[in-house]
Amino acid sequence: MATRTYLEAISEALREEMRLDERVFVMGEDVGEFGGAFKVTDGLIEEFGPGRVRDTPIAEAGIVGTAVGAAIAGLRPVCEMQFADFVACGFDQLVNVAGKMHYRLGLAVPLTVRLPTGGGFSGGPFHSQSPEAWFMHAPGIKVVAPSTPADAKGLLVAAIRDANPVVYLEHKNLYRRVKGEVAEEQFETPLRARVAREGRDLVVVAYGAMVHTALEATEDLEGASVEVLDLRSLVPLDEEAILASVEKTSRVLVLDEANATCAAGAQVAALIADRGFEYLDAPVRRVATPDVPIPFSPPLEQAVLPGVGRVREACLELLGY
Amino acid sequence: MLDLDGGAESLLNDEDRAGLLRHMLLMRAVEERGLSLYKQGRIPGSFYDGRGQEAISVGATWAMAAADPVCSPLIRDLGAHLVRGTSVADIFRHYMGRENPLSRGREGNVHFGDRRRGVVGMVSMLPDMMVVAVGLAMAFSMRGEARCALTFFGDGATSRGDWHEAMNWAGLGRLPVVLVFENNQLAYSTPTERQYAVDPAARAAAYGIEAVSVDGNDVDAVFAAAHDARRRALAGGGPTLIEALTMRMHGHGAHDDASYVPAEMVAEWARRDPIERYEAALEMRGIDAGAIRGEVAAAVAAAVTEALATPMADPREALQGVFCEGEPTGLLDGDAPWSGFLPALAPMV
Repeated sequence: MATRTYLEAISEALREEMRLDERVFVMGEDVGEFGGAFKVTDGLIEEFGPGRVRDTPIAEAGIVGTAVGAAIAGLRPVCEMQFADFVACGFDQLVNVAGKMHYRLGLAVPLTVRLPTGGGFSGGPFHSQSPEAWFMHAPGIKVVAPSTPADAKGLLVAAIRDANPVVYLEHKNLYRRVKGEVAEEQFETPLRARVAREGRDLVVVAYGAMVHTALEATEDLEGASVEVLDLRSLVPLDEEAILASVEKTSRVLVLDEANATCAAGAQVAALIADRGFEYLDAPVRRVATPDVPIPFSPPLEQAVLPGVGRVREACLELLGY
Repeated sequence: MLDLDGGAESLLNDEDRAGLLRHMLLMRAVEERGLSLYKQGRIPGSFYDGRGQEAISVGATWAMAAADPVCSPLIRDLGAHLVRGTSVADIFRHYMGRENPLSRGREGNVHFGDRRRGVVGMVSMLPDMMVVAVGLAMAFSMRGEARCALTFFGDGATSRGDWHEAMNWAGLGRLPVVLVFENNQLAYSTPTERQYAVDPAARAAAYGIEAVSVDGNDVDAVFAAAHDARRRALAGGGPTLIEALTMRMHGHGAHDDASYVPAEMVAEWARRDPIERYEAALEMRGIDAGAIRGEVAAAVAAAVTEALATPMADPREALQGVFCEGEPTGLLDGDAPWSGFLPALAPMV
């Protein structure tokens, strides 16, 4: 085991996978000599050369579309969107070409698209989004969102080895903020939820950076025993793990950094309404970003992104129901 | 009548010519039968055909080797599927929504491919698959393989951003891709004068891409241009845009009477029909075009009979196959019927 930041764990997963499998290559804007806008691919070009660490034109449809071509030709492309927000420019290639190809033609597309996602640092409306729900609604695409360095590595390895398009959400606010123990050998994290903290009175269902918000908000909640369930994978969604936590705790807060409407958390809430109703002692509550673009100025941004205070308040309300 | 003493003369023997004619006739016969099955209600949804454009997909695909994928034949390019060897009976099964290995009932009309033959099916958003073809070429270049990708796009598709991204990417990397610009003068009802100010073939130079314009109703000319483009691609000379000028002779789809197209324009292009011209030229060489027509008609009739005897696709297929379970199933090689690919004639690349 070694201590790694979330960002180091992502880099390590890439480097080791490229060493183990010559079909794996990375492509994206400024990922080569420059090492990527966040330095995730720093140093890769020295080891693997410009053929496997490919700087691309600023063309997201081109990045995703050519990666689909490379994938069906037998390679394992890992694309970086410089910011998750820009995947909107490659949306059609991902949703209409990659996502539907196996269903329509029986042709697998082993493609990973890395999305540096999320807000919290005044990135404004085009550098702060959490677009995971766009892809949850598009059949044929898997969606994963690690919250810890170990899962950052294991889920990226799993994504690269998957035979399907996988959208990998890496939260920018965790890159250097979160450290943890990571196994040095390569391993795959299963696309299933993880109990981040056991509890009996209430469960907070979250993923990505919101797992840390949930843990912090419920660390000392007037003696309550609060479970935090880290989804890790949104497609497939670990329905059994969610229902097991609901059955155990009978109170649920669903937490999203994404805009509230049709978010991952909305799907979780719908699942509980459908299959977990009998377990509940209180209504399912949600905390998410209101349906506004992510604003720039710190007080405005803090007013919309779910923070420790809002989560804590919602938990207390649920416990008192 | 075509002049067969041109550049293609040295590349094509009479067997090739008979094969080119056979595949153009097959495309027309399949689509004529398809239109009637659609009108009878045997083909659900919609039906699109490429009448008058047969020389383009047949001629360009004829120039490709077995390992050169086609990505993708569009709605006027059935001939590409036929040249690669996709089963005609399976095509009819697919059109009719019956059990078939191409789409399993999950897709319709010309939206199919046959990965076993290196043919990637199209999507409706054009020219998305041009970007994917550039990605195939990028993979061949990365692995140092002597292969190229073939892609088709129409005049309307050149207005979308993906066209620019594909052109820029292909030109920048000098990638081995043959870009066939199928200019049939209409994007649904929109003529090219309302589509763009600068001809896409002229734009190619701005991307560092060679361009050539040919008569899209002359199958030998299309073949020769695609052959040259492939040779350039394999020699490291990068992509080539081939403009094949033609005319869409039917509506956009079977539902469209194309009343917006001037009748004199249709009449003028009917006189340039690629199949009739080629038949006349081949008859002069002593090739029995009538016999080929007969073979094709019999093959299509048999394929339709087989397809009609096939059950409708199993509704359980609707919920399966969204994800690939297990190892990816990639592209394999297709048929490459050109005589130049025969082992005895191998020096011709």
